[in-house]
Amino acid sequence: MIRMENVHKAFDDNRVLRGMNLEIPKGTSMVVIGGSGTGKSVALKCILGLITPDSGKIHVDGQDAAQGDRDAFLARFGMLFQGGALFDSLPVWQNVAFRLLRGSLKRPVEEAREIAIEKLRRVGLRENVADRFPAELSGGMQKRVGLARAIAAEPEIIFFDEPTTGLDPIMSGVINDLIREIVTEMGATAMTITHDMSSVRAIADNVAMLHDGVIQWTGPVSEMDASGDPYLEQFIHGRAEGPIEAVR
Amino acid sequence: MNLFAGLAGLGRSVLTLLAAFGRVALFTLDALSHIVRPPFYPREFGVALMHMGWLSLPVVGLTAVFTGGALALQIYAGGARFNAEAVVPQIVAIGMVRELGPVLVGLMIAARVTSSIAAEIATMKVTEQIDALVTLSTHPMKYLVAPRVLAALLTVPVLVGVGDVIGVAGGYVVATENLGFNAAAYLKNTVDFLEPLDIVSSLVKGAAFGVIAAVMGCYYGMTSGRGAQGVGRATKGSVEAAAVLILAANFVLTGVFFSI
Repeated sequence: MIRMENVHKAFDDNRVLRGMNLEIPKGTSMVVIGGSGTGKSVALKCILGLITPDSGKIHVDGQDAAQGDRDAFLARFGMLFQGGALFDSLPVWQNVAFRLLRGSLKRPVEEAREIAIEKLRRVGLRENVADRFPAELSGGMQKRVGLARAIAAEPEIIFFDEPTTGLDPIMSGVINDLIREIVTEMGATAMTITHDMSSVRAIADNVAMLHDGVIQWTGPVSEMDASGDPYLEQFIHGRAEGPIEAVR
Repeated sequence: MNLFAGLAGLGRSVLTLLAAFGRVALFTLDALSHIVRPPFYPREFGVALMHMGWLSLPVVGLTAVFTGGALALQIYAGGARFNAEAVVPQIVAIGMVRELGPVLVGLMIAARVTSSIAAEIATMKVTEQIDALVTLSTHPMKYLVAPRVLAALLTVPVLVGVGDVIGVAGGYVVATENLGFNAAAYLKNTVDFLEPLDIVSSLVKGAAFGVIAAVMGCYYGMTSGRGAQGVGRATKGSVEAAAVLILAANFVLTGVFFSI
């Protein structure tokens, strides 16, 4: 279980998180939604320790995220970044097998390559992609490679940062389905941040709406449409009028 | 009132400058400490070695040969004013080895390598590749910074040595082909005049300039701002800082070697 308690984070005068509380039960898929600049990515990066919160507690399976062996902590996570964040200087298979080629999870090169190719197949990419470089791939293929990298070491927890941003609706659907399948078959705990309501419906067990630095509403995805929460309703119906100011 | 405002502004500027020096100093210490602490990344080190050393040879060689040739012409013309044309071999040798070789190689490395490191790392930061490294349990200082700083520490002195030889050779060619110097006498004068300390000072300067060039590229890359503008500023800032620090370090090291 991932638990955020009263997490605050500000950048100079900009108070992004203002006491965020969130619980993600083990083995479930939580999708965090909210407008641009509301702190969704900041929350995710606080859990991973990429950003240090100003105050508050973050626990992963009862362990304080800021304490203990950092490598062991991060080894439990996989992450798909918004732009893929693939390493330009490495071929695709070395991107996917990055964790398997060094550090505590190191495997022989041939075995790491085999695993990388297997993971590429799992996300619908052919073996001939393995030796290409990220710059030679389309946006959708890069996302799939990023997804393959996120699952290569079979992590317990997977984070997806805007997994369908910049993709056409068909490719978005493919990525959403892949994420749902992979999370289900691996039994992983997942946290996704997105604006894309089709992603929310495809991926989520639970949904949390972040606004003004706090979670305005959280609950099962099945209850989202009948929540009665004015913030959530405005967001999911994409209305310009409502409690969320259109100009921020 | 204006005087106090001016003083306050000056104080703020000095504090900002000192804070920047402090950040760079801490970054440098951190980078150097990661060179000697595992894990090590030999592939990254090898790539940096090739990029900084082997691929910098053409630009270093061309810079040195033209500088050595021009130096020979200048010394000959200047020396002729007081009948001292014969000192060309000695002054070319000492000028190239003690001063121009290390400084010009350092500046060429700042232009070629520092800019490239800063742009590459800044782009990695902007595209979240640095964050991705962290989530893949890989320390960016160990994976990106330490191999580049170590490669610069080892290759730039070698480049300086090569630049010194090529620069002296440039002077030799100009002196023997255009200025009428005897080839054997030119070489003998060059070799006899140079002392071991001249060569040591050249190589030590090379090592120091290499570290400065690599650290500045890495520092500006790792601390770059967002977007294309952030990458551009990081690249420009890194080259400016590296060039100024190389010239300042050259002044300090020259003073140190003169006092020995």
